[in-house]
Amino acid sequence: MENIAKEKFQIIGTEDDAADLLARPPINFWKDAWRRFKMNKIAVVALILLCVLIVMCVFAPMVSKYDFEVMSDARNADPSAEHWFGTDKLGRDMWTRVWVGGRVSIIIGLTGALISMTLGCIYGGIAAYFGGMVDNIMMRIVEVLISVPYLIVVILMSVIFEEYDIPQLVTLLLAMCITGWCGTARFVRSEMLRIKSEEFTLAAQLLGVSPWKIVIRHFIPNTISIIIVNITFSIPSYIFSEAFLSYLGLGIEPPGTSWGALASAAQSQFTFYPYLLFWPVLMIALTMLCFTLIGEGMRDALDPKARK
Amino acid sequence: MAEYLVEAKNLCKYFKVDRKRMLKAVDNVSLGIRKGETLGLVGESGCGKTTCGRTLLHLYEATSGEIYFDGKDVSKLSGKDNMDFKHRAQMIFQDPYSSLDPRMTIGEIIAEGMDVHVKLTGQERQQRIVELLAAVGLTEQFAGRFAHELSGGQRQRVGIARALAVDPDFIVCDEPISALDVSIQAQIVNLLIKLQRERGLTYLFISHDLSMVKHISDRVGVMYLGSLVELASSEVIFKNAKHPYTQALMAAIPEVDFDGDGKKKIERLEGEVPSPINPPPGCRFAARCKYATDICRQQQPQLVELEPDHFVACHHCK
Repeated sequence: MENIAKEKFQIIGTEDDAADLLARPPINFWKDAWRRFKMNKIAVVALILLCVLIVMCVFAPMVSKYDFEVMSDARNADPSAEHWFGTDKLGRDMWTRVWVGGRVSIIIGLTGALISMTLGCIYGGIAAYFGGMVDNIMMRIVEVLISVPYLIVVILMSVIFEEYDIPQLVTLLLAMCITGWCGTARFVRSEMLRIKSEEFTLAAQLLGVSPWKIVIRHFIPNTISIIIVNITFSIPSYIFSEAFLSYLGLGIEPPGTSWGALASAAQSQFTFYPYLLFWPVLMIALTMLCFTLIGEGMRDALDPKARK
Repeated sequence: MAEYLVEAKNLCKYFKVDRKRMLKAVDNVSLGIRKGETLGLVGESGCGKTTCGRTLLHLYEATSGEIYFDGKDVSKLSGKDNMDFKHRAQMIFQDPYSSLDPRMTIGEIIAEGMDVHVKLTGQERQQRIVELLAAVGLTEQFAGRFAHELSGGQRQRVGIARALAVDPDFIVCDEPISALDVSIQAQIVNLLIKLQRERGLTYLFISHDLSMVKHISDRVGVMYLGSLVELASSEVIFKNAKHPYTQALMAAIPEVDFDGDGKKKIERLEGEVPSPINPPPGCRFAARCKYATDICRQQQPQLVELEPDHFVACHHCK
């Protein structure tokens, strides 16, 4: 082993500057996210199902030959060719009522999530951006608000707003959003603080990028996807809250209706006419499931660190 | 000496921990960096090297002391002068995974500084990005990529290109190699040396890797717990260190024992680094120094020029 000829060894040098070649063509962030989302079959099915539900809520009552408020003699009718989902105790067509109720539920879910997200983003963003005392005071306020029992706030709100002749839907939304944004605010704040301490923010400061541009170019793009995922996850909880409050009689009141109100109305007679309860509950469950599954799909698709 | 490009005088940076306690991250540091040289800054982790570098670049407001860049007081810069400073002094960051925005393409990251300081047309901008990528040994293809598609070494090259984009004179390299593989470390250091030759850059090279510092630096400063204990040319520091802490540090460099007699003596330091929060008066190293006497525990030694260009902060080094 000791006598290997020196000529056999040769310095081949190191390639200091040789860069590896990359195969895949460059791709835009959102396109890539969409591509990844599409690979998740369950999420795609949930998205299609949700679209069907929404389309039905919008158009089904329009094309239905019955009006959701008009009573008829066919009371508590079983599902049939005439009344696809049957009728309730006042002879109103359930098919139409379920889709009209769905409008309220989905509108509350979407706008509730959007409003509290917007408030939470602004509040949490300001707290994180200024930091120090501002942050301290703002977060203590949030903690106080979170510790107030939610149901009491909602009941108080609906009692107060009743006097002012404000539409039920608005009351419900206000009541749910008044504390709903607090969780978001905390979450956005922690996310912003994380990005604020990342080295690329320091690099941008060093390069002389203005604070406003740092927010637009670094803070927002880096939080937006997490916020979108959070919105998707919070929609089901708003839909459920609405159903729950309506069920307790604090939400939508007749003649208006929602899935929760339908379920509430059906509870007195569901031993005899179970389908009256079945349809609205099925819709609530399906919608919530769809949003949750889509949210999960988006979370995986939008996380840049999960990308391969 | 007037030829310093960057000069810090009695620089202090304290962080408030709570009402009573102060974390003295950088305490009374004075140093100068000459144009075109590389000043290495070494020390244990947590001794204030990074804070020192960041304060020099005015990322942190200094608690007290002055920083001069090209003869101008950095803390008093405003408007145009401040922008001028920002494009002449840049930084390369430690963690190549956190220093690139995951939502921006490499091209956008590199162009970020250019967009602030120079007006370029779309085509010129694109061409400049390609030039910069080439300068750090990456191909044009990378411009459309995202950071997560790159390896650690490639990302660090992008970080270097971003700093170069604004044509700086002075770059603080904040442990640019500590997060990289050993094989990649040499590439990056050689790239830094090459760029320095081509562009006449001045570096402050912060590291805890002594052999790398020896390789790249003209002069070396040794920090201990927020204070500069010794500052001298690279050869002097590695051959003829005066301060007991520097001596212990140099003795700890692993070396190949060619004779195989295992005679290399390592003098271990006793004790641990004290907390930089409300440190006791006197020499920071006194608690671990075998030569420490009463004066060391009472009075903080000043950095004194013992020999030409060899500064030591110790009561006993004469």
